[in-house]
Amino acid sequence: MPRVAQITVNGTPRPIDADPDIPLLTVLRDHLSLTGAKYGCGEGQCGACTVLLDGQSVRSCITSVRAAAGKQITTIEGIHHPLQDAFIEEGAMQCGYCTSGMIVSGVALLNKTPHPSRDEIVHHMNGNICRCGTYPRIVAAIQKAAQSHA
Amino acid sequence: MPDAPVQIEPERYELTAPPAYRFAVDRRDFIGLLGGGLLIAFSAGAQESGRRGRGQALPADLDAWLHIAEDGAVTICTGKTEVGQNIRTSLSQAAAEELHCPIAAIKLVMADTALVPYDMGTFGSRTTPTMAPQVRRAAATAREALLDLAAEKLQVDRAKLSIADGKIAGAGAAPMGFGELTKGQKISKTIARDVSVARPLGQSASKLEARDIVTGNHKYTPDLTRPGMLHGRVLRPPAFGATLANFEAPDASSLSGVTVVHEKNFVGVAAPTAQTAADALSKLKAEWKREPVPPGAASGPGLYEYLKQTASPGERDIQGSVEDGMAAADIKLQGAYTVAYIAHAPLEPRAALAEWDDGKLTVWTGTQVPFGVRSELASAFGVAEDRVRVIVPDTGSAYGGKHSGECAVEAARLAKSAGKPVKLVWTREEEFTWSYFRPAGLIEISSGVRHDGAVTAWECHNYNSGGSGLLSKYDFAGQRNTFHPAKSPLRQGSYRGLAATANHFAREVHMDELARAVKMDPLEFRLKNVKDERLRAVLQAAADRFGWGPGKSKAEGIGIAGGFEKGGYIATCAQVAVENSRIRILRVVEAFDCGAVVNPDQLKNQIQGAISMAIGGALFEQIRFGDGQVLNPRFSQYRVPRFSDMPEIEVVLVDRPDLPSAGAGETPIVGLAPAVSNAIFHLNGTRLRSLPMAL
Repeated sequence: MPRVAQITVNGTPRPIDADPDIPLLTVLRDHLSLTGAKYGCGEGQCGACTVLLDGQSVRSCITSVRAAAGKQITTIEGIHHPLQDAFIEEGAMQCGYCTSGMIVSGVALLNKTPHPSRDEIVHHMNGNICRCGTYPRIVAAIQKAAQSHA
Repeated sequence: MPDAPVQIEPERYELTAPPAYRFAVDRRDFIGLLGGGLLIAFSAGAQESGRRGRGQALPADLDAWLHIAEDGAVTICTGKTEVGQNIRTSLSQAAAEELHCPIAAIKLVMADTALVPYDMGTFGSRTTPTMAPQVRRAAATAREALLDLAAEKLQVDRAKLSIADGKIAGAGAAPMGFGELTKGQKISKTIARDVSVARPLGQSASKLEARDIVTGNHKYTPDLTRPGMLHGRVLRPPAFGATLANFEAPDASSLSGVTVVHEKNFVGVAAPTAQTAADALSKLKAEWKREPVPPGAASGPGLYEYLKQTASPGERDIQGSVEDGMAAADIKLQGAYTVAYIAHAPLEPRAALAEWDDGKLTVWTGTQVPFGVRSELASAFGVAEDRVRVIVPDTGSAYGGKHSGECAVEAARLAKSAGKPVKLVWTREEEFTWSYFRPAGLIEISSGVRHDGAVTAWECHNYNSGGSGLLSKYDFAGQRNTFHPAKSPLRQGSYRGLAATANHFAREVHMDELARAVKMDPLEFRLKNVKDERLRAVLQAAADRFGWGPGKSKAEGIGIAGGFEKGGYIATCAQVAVENSRIRILRVVEAFDCGAVVNPDQLKNQIQGAISMAIGGALFEQIRFGDGQVLNPRFSQYRVPRFSDMPEIEVVLVDRPDLPSAGAGETPIVGLAPAVSNAIFHLNGTRLRSLPMAL
C-alpha cells in the first residue's frame, strides 16, 4: 500500500509521509501539530477527535488517513463560526477538553440543519461526551448560534 | 475572616509525604527572577500546605505570591491547578476586585513547582474557602501599598486618593498606573493581617481561557511537544499485582530507532512516533506471574459481603443513646445500601511529558497534586526535589482522579533511558484499568421512629466507601455512625464528593423509607427532624421551585433528598418516569447554599455539571472486574451520561453574602441518586437501594 503524501487541511494542501492505515487524528496531531482535535477513547465513542470531511463530521481516531486523502479536512483550527462565540456566551465548557469536538460536531449539524429542534440537537450530538456535564449549556449554545443565523 | 482548621478525610491518604522544605525558590531569588516592582507574599492563615494526617489541623504557611511589575503587570503564583472547576477565573476575579483593576490585567501562574510555593493539592473544594480569601488579602495589601506609594509620590493626603480601573487618581493628579508607582523600586511585603477585604461582588465573569478553548488553541499536556521528543508506551501486565517472570529484550535490529526500557517490573518503549511506539510494544514478549485472587474480590453481589468480611472495627461517632432511642421508637427499620466502584474517566487521560537535562528533570503533567508528583519523581529516581520541576498545564478534568504521578514517573523513566524528552499519553483502556476508582461500599442502617415522625435512633455502618458525609445535620436523638475501612480488591481513592455520595444515598433513601413508614410527606418528615436553618432553607427552596406538595399523584414520580458536606447545603428534587423498563429522569431542581456566591454563572455551571455527572453513578456506571482485570475498560462498555440522558435541570442559588464562601465543585453531586431512588418508589413502589440503580 503506497504511503499517503498529501492531505488538504483547512483549505491548504499539506505534504505528509504517512502509513495509509494510521488514524487521521495521529497525522493531524503528531505530523501537522494541529492539536485542537483530542484523543479521548480511540474507538469513536467520545467525539473529542471530531473533524469535518467534506463537511460531514467524522471521528478522526477511527478514520484512516487514506480515507481522508483527497477530501477537504476541516479541524477546529479552521473553524470560524458564530457557534464559538455562543459557547463562550453560554459558558458551555468547564475543562474544555471536549469542546473542540463539540463545536465541530455542532457546526456540522448547523451546516446541514440551520434551525435544529432540541431533539435534533440531542440526536446529532449524542456521540460526543462531556464528562464535566455541560450538555444543557451546549444545547443552549447551538440554539443561540442557530438564532443568530436567522 | 479566620480560616477554620482543615480536616482531611482518610480516603485522601494515597498522597505521598510532603517535602522536607517548602520554598521551591528562595524568596530573594524570586524577587530577582521577577525584576523590580512590588511583591506580596501570602503567609497568613491556616492553610493546606502542611503535613497531613488523619483529622489533623494543618499549620500556617506561605501560600502564594502576588507581584506587580514595573510595567504594571499583576502576576499571582499559586500551586492550585485548573481542572475545569474554573478557579483560574474565580481567583483572578478575587484579585481584580480588591485591586480595582480589569480581570484581564491579572496573570495567574498555576502549579509550576519552580515558581509557586508548596501546595498540598487541589481537592476537597478548598480553593474557594482558603485560597481565594488569601488572594483577596494579598491583593488588598498591594492596593494599600500602592496608595501609600502614590500619596508619597504626589505629596497628597492618602485619603483623597482612590483606585479604579487599574489606575490611582484623586487630589487633582493625573491617573497613574500601578507600574508607574513601583518603577525603579523593589518592594517586598508580607500580607497584612488586618487589611480589610470586600465580600465577593458575586458577578458572573466569562472563563478567561474560553477563547483559546473554542478555537482549539488551549494546550493540555497531550498537546505539548519538545525538540527531539519521543513517544512512549508501557507494557501492562495481564492482571493487577502480576509480576514480570520473564522478559527478553528483542533484537535491536528489529526495532530501529526504538528504545526499549526494562527495569524490574517495568517494560516500556520510546519511539519517534506514536505509531512506531505502538508497533514496537506489540512485538514485545513477556511472561507474567499472576497473583491468586481471593473469592469475592470481583464485581457482583458477593463483593459487598467480601468488603464486610474484610472490614476493620473502625471509629464510632456516638451521640446520645441508640439503645434508649430504639426503646422509645414505635417503628423500627433496617436497610442495606450499596454503591459500585466507578471510574472518574476524565476525558483527558493521564499524560506526561518528561525531559532530563544535566540531571535535572522537568515533567509537564495533568495532576491535582503537583508537589506530590514532584515527591514521587524525586523518590523514584533518587534525586533531590529541587532537581525536579513539575508543571501542570490546565487539565482536561480530574474529578479527584488525578492525585497520583504514575504516568509522570513512567514518562520520566523512558526519557531517562532514551536520553530524549518522552511524551506518554495513556490509552483509554489504561486510564480505565491502571488509575484508581471511587470506592465501592456497603452501608447498613438500623433506625427507630415515633409515630409523630421524630427519629429516635440511628445506627449506621459504612463498609469501605468512606467517612465523608457519614454524619448529618439531622437531630436524631440517639445515633452511632461508624466507618469501617476494608480490604479493597481494587485500587481506590478520591472522587468528586468522595463517600458523601454513598452516605447521602443510604441516609436519604432510608429517610424516605421512614417517612413512608409513618405516612408522612418526605419533605415534612425531613423538616420535622432538622433544626439547622440552612438545611431547612435549601429543602424549602428546592421544594418551592419544584412545586412539591400535596396534590402530586403517584403517576408523577417525585422524590426529594437533602444534605450537607464541605460547607455546602444541598437539596434535590427529581421527577422520573419508566420507559421500556429503564429509569428516565425528567426533571431535577437543586437548591444549593455555599455561603457568599463568587461567580453565579460559573457556580450554576458546576452544579449543573455535578448533577449531570451524578446521573452516571446513579443509573449506569460501574466497573466490572474479576480475576484481577477490569472487564469494561472502554466507553463502549462503560456507559457515561450523554446528551440524551439529560433531564430539565433547574438550579436555585441560595446566596448568603453574610457568610464565607465554601467550595462548590463536589457537594452538588450528592443529592441526585437518592432523590431519583425516592422518586421511583413514589412512582411504582420499587425501593432501589443499590447504585447504579436498575429496575
